Amino acid sequence: MTRNRTDYLWVAAFAALVAFAVPWFLWRDATVVAGLPVWLWWHVGWMALASVVFYGFTRGAWDRGIDREVLRRG
Amino acid sequence: MVDETTLSLAIVAGYLVVALAIGLLAYRLTDRNAEDYYLASRSMGTVVLLFTTFATLLSAFTFFGGPNLAYSAGPEWILVMGAMDGIVFAVLWYVIGYKQWLVGREHGYVTLGEMLGDRFGSASLRGLIAVVSLVWLFPYVMLQQVGAGQALAGLTGGALPYWAGAALITVFMVAYVVLSGLRGVAWTDTLQGLFMLGIVWVAVGWVLTAAGGAGTIADSLASSNPEFLALGGGLYSPQWMIAQAVVIAFGVTMFPQVNQRFFVADSAETLKRSFALWPVAVLLLFVPAFLLGTWAAGLGVEVPAGSNVLPALLTEYTPVWFAALVVAGAMAAMMSSSDSMLLSGSSYLTRDLYRPFVAPGASDAREGWVARVGVAVFATLTFVASLFAAEGATELSFLVTLGDTAFGGYAQLTIPVLLALYWGGTTRTGIVAGVTAGQVAYLAHVLVSEVQFAGTTWLGATYHTWDYALWCMLLGLAVTVGVSRATAHSVGEDAAKFGVGAD
Repeated sequence: MTRNRTDYLWVAAFAALVAFAVPWFLWRDATVVAGLPVWLWWHVGWMALASVVFYGFTRGAWDRGIDREVLRRG
Repeated sequence: MVDETTLSLAIVAGYLVVALAIGLLAYRLTDRNAEDYYLASRSMGTVVLLFTTFATLLSAFTFFGGPNLAYSAGPEWILVMGAMDGIVFAVLWYVIGYKQWLVGREHGYVTLGEMLGDRFGSASLRGLIAVVSLVWLFPYVMLQQVGAGQALAGLTGGALPYWAGAALITVFMVAYVVLSGLRGVAWTDTLQGLFMLGIVWVAVGWVLTAAGGAGTIADSLASSNPEFLALGGGLYSPQWMIAQAVVIAFGVTMFPQVNQRFFVADSAETLKRSFALWPVAVLLLFVPAFLLGTWAAGLGVEVPAGSNVLPALLTEYTPVWFAALVVAGAMAAMMSSSDSMLLSGSSYLTRDLYRPFVAPGASDAREGWVARVGVAVFATLTFVASLFAAEGATELSFLVTLGDTAFGGYAQLTIPVLLALYWGGTTRTGIVAGVTAGQVAYLAHVLVSEVQFAGTTWLGATYHTWDYALWCMLLGLAVTVGVSRATAHSVGEDAAKFGVGAD
């Protein structure tokens, strides 16, 4: 299986989505905006972003890294 | 004015009847063969697949354990849930789920054990995977019944005793699972998922209105539990949050009822849509459910020992009928995970243990019949166990502890399975050794109390502040790779079945 640069970009994007699902830079921050902590608003935005990124993946990059062609031939 | 208990019971009963009716409807469309019974003939579309997987993931934890945790330790669990179910699980949905779907469609697999057993040419491996899975499934189903019994007893103020509540749920569940198989389960899951989602948002609206808005509640939280607004602290250390998110997300993929969902999509398009919608679904359900628990702390709601925060909060802020609806929602959550677990558990029992080891020549019709008996037997045994469990268990964190142990147990399977799916060098001996090592090490940590040896604490909760479940997963990785490297491929192994070339 050969991997090209775009594969690595997707791996990096997924890794970033995982890594910042918890906003570590807001650790111990207790600022409240509109009744909810800022870190909770981050969560709302981040989940929405993840959905958009995943949608992009399904449109342009699905089947990457999965050996689908090999599987068919095999 | 109708008596409150009668009204509550009527709402729950009405809900159960609707679920049963849907099961009956699905029954009329169900063929009698095993593939249709377990996998609805691999014909599931996006909405049903999304909801049935989603509802299956939800359990007593969403309505009871989770809000209890948010009430006692703060709402950071929302972030753990988002990282875990919204993102890590979604990625695994592609990496493991889509690959399993491709492989399963190619070779007609129904269970995980069947898939691995075929790839490595080993009936023993198939049996091992089934036994390990069933060992963890049992306490988890039991936990759902405990939750159902407690919820009904709490709702009726004890008029319906614990055992009767658990029995009622069990009987209804067995009825529609036995009748209609996965199609019935998936349809009721969709109803249950929509119902839960609706009810939890109405609850949020109601509590917010009655309590004067989120700002007011945040102000009182700032004085009553200032720790809750700050990210982290207390129970929530970075190590703990990461370990929970990773272990549970990896564990979820190997839960029989979730893993089997990987085989049932009608097309790749269905898997794609579900994948992209996943984080949003997680957001919509868990944020409100856990916020309610947190708000209860700010509003000074008292929770009697041994009961749950969500009913306590709703009793204070909403009318009786609405609190009853929410308990019905919780009932829906428990049933939707248990029904799928029963069905998948029974498929592991019949396809991976009964058929290969007891009756190799069993006809398809006979297998379908054994599967249904298996559902009833499994449910009865967990029900009996739940009666004993309930006697000794009054602690609030009980649900969380039991649930976490099962997730960790399944998480020990994930890495060997990933290796089998993608690394042609995996050998039969390697995967058997890896699965066994992970399970033995993990079970030792769960069951044996810690000991001091050579200046280190062994079998404690953590090593170097990281959860033992993670270390056991690493052990499984090391053993699978190490033993695979050291042993030769056995006769009958065929990596090409998974589309990977053998080394």
